Amino acid sequence: MDKQTPLVDMRDIQISFGGIHAVDHVSVDLHPGEVVGLLGHNGAGKSTLIKILSGAYQADGGEIYINGKKAEIHNPRDARRYNIETIYQTLALADNLDAASNLFLGRELTTPLGTVDDDAMEAETRNIMAKLNPNFQKFSEPVSALSGGQRQSVAIARAVYFDAKILIMDEPTAALGPHETQMVSELIQQLKTQGIGIFLISHDIHDVMELCDRASVMKNGKLVGTVNVDDVTDDDLLSMIILGKKPEGVAVQS
Amino acid sequence: MSSVTDVKDKSPLANLGDSGAYQKLLAFASLIALLIGFSIASPNFMQTSNMIAILQATSVNGVLAVAATLVIITGGIDLSVGTLMTFCAVIAGVALTYLGLPLLFGVIAAIAAGAFCGLCSGTFVAKMKIPPFIATLGMMLILKGLSLVISGTRPIYFNDTPGFDQISRGSLIGEVIPALPIPNGVLILFLVAISASYILSRTVLGRYTFALGSNEEAVRLSGVNTDAWKMRIYALAGGICGIGGILIASRLNSAQPALGLGYELEAIAAVVIGGTSLSGGRGTILGTLIGALIMAVLTNGLRVLSVAQEWQTVVTGAIIILAVYADMVRRKKSG
Repeated sequence: MDKQTPLVDMRDIQISFGGIHAVDHVSVDLHPGEVVGLLGHNGAGKSTLIKILSGAYQADGGEIYINGKKAEIHNPRDARRYNIETIYQTLALADNLDAASNLFLGRELTTPLGTVDDDAMEAETRNIMAKLNPNFQKFSEPVSALSGGQRQSVAIARAVYFDAKILIMDEPTAALGPHETQMVSELIQQLKTQGIGIFLISHDIHDVMELCDRASVMKNGKLVGTVNVDDVTDDDLLSMIILGKKPEGVAVQS
Repeated sequence: MSSVTDVKDKSPLANLGDSGAYQKLLAFASLIALLIGFSIASPNFMQTSNMIAILQATSVNGVLAVAATLVIITGGIDLSVGTLMTFCAVIAGVALTYLGLPLLFGVIAAIAAGAFCGLCSGTFVAKMKIPPFIATLGMMLILKGLSLVISGTRPIYFNDTPGFDQISRGSLIGEVIPALPIPNGVLILFLVAISASYILSRTVLGRYTFALGSNEEAVRLSGVNTDAWKMRIYALAGGICGIGGILIASRLNSAQPALGLGYELEAIAAVVIGGTSLSGGRGTILGTLIGALIMAVLTNGLRVLSVAQEWQTVVTGAIIILAVYADMVRRKKSG
């Protein structure tokens, strides 16, 4: 699969906050229909790296190529133009708005008069929720009144509704119970078959072993290496995360 | 779950109102209680002329409170609404009395000046990241000073502009229904309130006003140009203060450059009493109108009862604390 042009190619990315190298010359890539896990301890830099792709942060150095073309991503709006959608760990929901208003936040459907078309947005939200999470019924309450799983559903719906080509999921199952986690796994499988590339940030090795094709491990802002998940064991990944040690006898990109 | 029932008839923003419904109900009940209490205490209170005086007083404060509501829902605060009102009145005076422009131009100049000053405040807050309290405090002083400088510290009278005083004092309703001589100022307040309410519930600007107050970072991550929208909201609030400037100038038939300080606190008090959360994200224009009425009834009633002005201020302060406390108790209950 290395022969084709990667969907996303982040090269030599660096960013510092107050002298701390949060991301230190890291390169990762992602192909269509592929799930790449980003692993590492808290503070390893994986969320920061991915926020550069989603436009939340601006890199101090490095380049991003989307479909082989250099991409200029200066803010979240730019990222959306490249069909990059992100499910943030914090979910990034406006708590006092309802599910539909959150789903369409920044991309409101409007009537010919230019007013917000709440009926249409709610109908669309009902449609997508019927597919994603049929149990979801709280369409008219502010999302602050929803459970963690329901809020997660709204955040996921927002990311997949707008034809994402590149999906970033930052700890998507952190707030979920076993049943909902299973639904997210199924969704990831389904999105893969549609050719969407997914960056999955997780600190759960089992999630990564189950869902990902490749895993990139970070430690202290640096990339330890990228491995094919099928080539390594849980222990190999663990020693990459904890010790920053590359497994022996396995092809490691870095 | 209770929400399985169909809720199609409810607009998504209806529940934004609902979340403050308790406070609004409380405010409305307080208003009725005040009206009944003052009526019993003094036979002079329930006179038509006194009711009209109350409405007249509500019109200016109400318009400013509507402006403050918009900014407060974004999670900000606008301390400059009072002196901005005065500044706009002075600008109207310059346009009409000094330059002798037609009435309509004076009105437009005042509203445009308000919107421009609001845009400045919005720029300080959004682009320069100055906390709204400080940015609008600075703006409040700048505008107070500018009003005095431009007018040479003297009132500007509108005697050369016939009909100017009728903007606020005349009564279109009274001409049609003589039994209801409701001043135009009140009519204008209602138009402003209905427009603001419509903007909040039906437009993208309104949607972002609530969203910014809920979680500004989430709005930014959703690809919204939060700075630009915030500036627009402050500009809109400024424009509404311009309307307030016209109202006060028309009522006094003059622009009084020393006026204005203290109006911002009355406006913010009305907003808070009406159930709008000072932490942003929640609030209604209807609540603000009720709040403004409470403030006007209270001031008027205490005056009718010949309570000293000093004590009126004390009562107002106590009521603000009570209103905020009621809001906090309610929020603790609802989690």
